Formats: sequence, structure tokens, C-alpha cells
Amino acid sequence: MSETGANPPLVELINVAKTFDVSPPWLNRVLEGKPRALLRAVAGVDLAIARGETFALVGESGCGKSTVARLIVGLHQPTRGEIRYEGKRIDVGASQALRRNMQMIFQDPYASLNPRWHVSQIVAEPLRTHPQMLSLGKRDFAERVASLLQQVGLAAADGEKFPHQFSGGQRQRISIARALAGEPAFLVCDEPTSALDVSVQAQVLNLMRKLQRELGLTFLFISHNLAVVHHIADRVAVMYLGRVVERAPTKRLFSEPQHPYTRMLLDAVPDLELSGKARTAVAGEVPNPLAPPAGCAFHPRCPYANERCRREVPVLKPVYGWHGAATDVACHAVEEGRLKPRVSATA
Amino acid sequence: MSAPLLAVEQLRVEFPTRGGTLVAVDGVSLSIAPGEVLGVVGESGAGKSLTGAAIIGLIDPPGRIGGGEVRLGDRRIDNLAPEAMRRVRGREIGAVFQDPLTSLNPLYTIGRQLVETITTHLDLSPREARKRALDLLTEVGIPAPERRFNHFPHQFSGGMRQRVVIALALAAKPKLIIADEPTTALDVSIQAQIIALLKRLCREHGAAVMLITHDMGVIAETADRVAVMYAGRVVEVGPVAEVIHRPQHPYTKGLMGSIPSIVAERDELAQIEGVMPRLNAIPSGCAFHPRCPHVFDRCRRERPELMNAGATRSACWLVVK
Repeated sequence: MSETGANPPLVELINVAKTFDVSPPWLNRVLEGKPRALLRAVAGVDLAIARGETFALVGESGCGKSTVARLIVGLHQPTRGEIRYEGKRIDVGASQALRRNMQMIFQDPYASLNPRWHVSQIVAEPLRTHPQMLSLGKRDFAERVASLLQQVGLAAADGEKFPHQFSGGQRQRISIARALAGEPAFLVCDEPTSALDVSVQAQVLNLMRKLQRELGLTFLFISHNLAVVHHIADRVAVMYLGRVVERAPTKRLFSEPQHPYTRMLLDAVPDLELSGKARTAVAGEVPNPLAPPAGCAFHPRCPYANERCRREVPVLKPVYGWHGAATDVACHAVEEGRLKPRVSATA
Repeated sequence: MSAPLLAVEQLRVEFPTRGGTLVAVDGVSLSIAPGEVLGVVGESGAGKSLTGAAIIGLIDPPGRIGGGEVRLGDRRIDNLAPEAMRRVRGREIGAVFQDPLTSLNPLYTIGRQLVETITTHLDLSPREARKRALDLLTEVGIPAPERRFNHFPHQFSGGMRQRVVIALALAAKPKLIIADEPTTALDVSIQAQIIALLKRLCREHGAAVMLITHDMGVIAETADRVAVMYAGRVVEVGPVAEVIHRPQHPYTKGLMGSIPSIVAERDELAQIEGVMPRLNAIPSGCAFHPRCPHVFDRCRRERPELMNAGATRSACWLVVK
């Protein structure tokens, strides 16, 4: 992948697809003549995440962003394509040692912590399988847990408590401490702040940035909240119905969005500037992924769609801005010049 | 300002428990003028939803209104009998809640639910009620209303369901709509559609709205005035532009600084240390004082009431320091 320059990517996805079989049971298919149903959650995604960066995936419900996260950490097997970590394939037969380099933080800090365990047990669990940690004495072990808790802004004494004694933001800190226990290089964060209040969200986002600086972590950050992504990410990919429709450095994506869907999303975000600008609320909703539209999946909602869009699936192609920075866009209208590239005055 | 449509005075909502009475809403006063959109914003546990529920008389026991009064026009409605309150609800005050799936009965078609609401509150024949229901569905932007009339809630998407709920809220032409997190369960593109719809319909019908949300962006887009709540009290209230750009209360300032923006470049978000206090441990004096960067002696001793501060009203001793 040329986009990450000289550094080889830490994580690479090559044409990854995932299809779920959501058919009715065999008996119903035979007796009632119901057809098989396949849900194409991810339909061929290419990504390359460089070491030390925060790469964000954004999109609305059902666009496949969480499925991509789960594919990378091995919670799902891809139907097609390759996933590589430091150049080695991890979608088939990845060693435990390789897997240990990646951890995941989930959205709901209430569901992702075992309510019957002490916090210290929760945080220590990844340590128990870690070969370097097995040799640790009981005392060193406790010290390691205490330092992890302090690293995320909790007190060492909090290890004695149970998850229910903590607020949502504190629980998310416990999740982060647990994820950091095995000293991973790569963290997959699936909507880590969506369940939190704004002031608590700010605490968690600031903490994540601090940890990234101190530990040199690489983040894949999944979110539906564009403002959060704008704040935390270095590069962004926008997904729609299982495909990446636009991929660009964060600053460029927000100042010069190219794909009609990205433009629409950015227009739809309510802002605090009170600019009074009229919002172009785009009609329609995300189509049913069981029966995706032919051609470009966005065409039924796109004001620029023509015959070609209805027939042919667009692929990601670079569009160059004034400053040489490329945005990869999958849109026939942009490619043919029917939709003028958007160029910001300030960038 | 003209005579308020809704006036809430010193409202108190309490929950008696074995460990003592918990006060979730403590002396809240608000007013809404006819046709005005009042935003009520705050984080989880601030008491914003309970304030809304108290106004429409939907506090679940053992919770109860422990003091204060709610006036709609020139009538007191907080002490009405349940049957009388049922007539106010729907007829005079409509409600839109966060989750459109739980606000609709899954066993009845949406047409039947609309007709039932209309005939309960308005004196219309079944045929007229059906016509009004179809008009409402068209108005809220449901495509092919004739066909959709006989569909069940599960056959609609989240955005479409919320449109149906808005149609239900407007069915009896109420003067006030209480919308509690109406867009929280929806995707951004759908959220923008619903906000635009709510704004347009309330303007056309001349209905006032009490918009309860945690999303400052939604408030900025929609509201005329905004009340910021913290730990069961209103800490700041004023015109929306003033509260957003020149907040006076330290909590409002912190809240505004912690919201990430898609326009501004910021290295670090402002953060308010600590968390909202639990109901059984509300601090003395100003409830915000343990988290406040400007705290001084008086804050710990005395509880501030709303005072004029700039163009807003703020409950903070800094105003008179």
C-alpha cells in the first residue's frame, strides 16, 4: 500500500469480505420454500494502518464497521481476503503470541466486565496467559496490576472493588487497563465512548491520547460520532453498506469531503457554531443489507446518480487536492468530474 | 415575554427509600412561552428526564412530586386526579420519547393507534379520524400512507417509527410537546431529518416544545432558550447563543469545552474532573463545588439560586463575588 509511505503497515486488510448466513432453518426452507439469505456485512475492504497512528472507521449503523473490528481481532473469520499483522497473515492460524499484540475495548462497559470478579482479577486476567508474566511472584503481580490501574487514572486500592461500584467512565478505564495488561501494540476500540456522557467522554479521550503518546500504541477507532473522530484520528475511512467509500487524512476529510455520502454526513452533524446554515437533510435511509442496491450502494439516496452508478460498483481511486494530499474516493460522479471536487478555502 | 404556556415553580421530585428520601429534582423552576422551544440539557442523572416526566404526571411510584407546582396556562396540573391528568396528556401535552419501539404498541397497526388517540381526544367520527390520521402520516413524511396505515411498528425502520411517534404526539393538536431524547437512538443522517421535521411541525402547529437531551448540538440547532441541569437543579438558563458562547456557570463552561467539534482544532479537550454525585451523597452548598475549579468558602456552605449574570441566569456565587 503506497499510502503509508516508507513504513510498512502494522495492520493490513486486503480485499476482506464477511458474509453471514442468516437463512431460515432448513425445515422452513424445505417446507415453506424460503430461500437462503446471505447478509454481506463487509464487501471487500482494503485498509492499511501504520504503526503509531489512530485510524478511524466511521459510518452509520449496519455499515460493517464493527464487523471489520471483529475480523481483525479474530472474533470472526473472513469469508474472503487476507488480514496481516506486521506482514504475517493472522486470519488463518495466527499464533497466540501474535494475537497477544492486539486487544479490544468494547462499547458497553457494563456488559464487558464480569460483575462477579474483583477489578484486580479482571485486569490481571490477560497477565495469567502471558508467558513473561507467569514467572512473576505474587507480589510483583499485584504491583503490575496496581500500576496498570494508576496508569488509567484509578487508585491501586480500587482493585479490591467490584465493577458495580464504579461509574460508566471509570468502568471504561478498567476496560482500558485490562486491554493494556498484555502490553499490546495495537488496540481496537469499538465505540469506546458512545455510552458515556460528554464530560466523561472527554476524560476517556484525553486518557487514550496520553496512553498513545506514552506507550506508542496504534489505535483502530470505530465510531459513528464524527466530532469524536475529528478530535482523535489521524486518518479516517468512511464506510457505507460494507464498503469504504472515502479514505483520507482527518484534516482533509473534514475540510474537503469528496464522496456525496461523506458530504451529507458532515452536513448532518449539528454544530455549536450556530452558523444558521441550512442543512441539506438527505432523504432516505440505509438500504437493507440483505438486498443491497446494484451498482453503487449509495445511488438510491445520491442526487448525482446516473445509469452507470446503478450498474457498476465504483472502486477507491485517488483524488488530488491543491496540496498534493490524496483522498481515495469510490464514486463515479467524482471520477468523471460530474461532481466537482470540493476544495476548502482555508486548508 | 407573554404569559407563559407552562410554568414550573420550585418542582421537587423525591424517592422515599429505606435509607432516607432521595431528592432527584430539587427546586426546579422553568417557564415556556407559547411556540417557544426550550432545551433542557444535562448529563445522566441530572434530573432532566424526571422533570419532563413530572410535568406530564408520569413519575413511577414510589417516586412522587414532593413540592412545587406545575401550571399549564392558568391551571395547576400537578395535583390533578389520574383520570383528569390522562385527558391533559395527549390532548394538551404531547410526548415523544427516546425509543420509538417502546412508545408504540407492537400488537396494533400504527393506523389503529393513531385513530385511537385521535378519537380519545377529539370529537371526530371514525371516518374523519382516519382521514386525520392519514393527513398526519403524510405530514410527518411517511411515504405511501394509505398502505403504511395497516402496517405494524416492526415493519418500520427506526427513523420512520420516530416519525409515527411524532404524528401520535401531534394527533390531538397539543399546545406543548415534551420530547425526551427524541433523536438519541437514531443515526446522524436520520437525526437531522427528525430534528428538521420536529422544528417545522411545531412551527406550523404553533406548539411549544420542551426538548430534553444530552446533545448540545441538537439544542444549538433547535432551541430558543436552554436550561442546563446538574444534580437535580437548573444551574444556568438563558438564550441558546449566550449559553453556548458566553457560559457563566463553571459547569456549563466545562461542559462546552468537553464537546469535540468537527470545526475547531483542539489538542486536548477540557475535562471536568470527577463525576456527577450520586443522589444519596449530594454535596452541601453548591452541588458542583467538589468539581469546581473556582470553589471558595461560600460555595461549600450556601446553596446558590439563579442570579442574573450577563445575558443568562446562573446559579453560582462567582456572580456576586
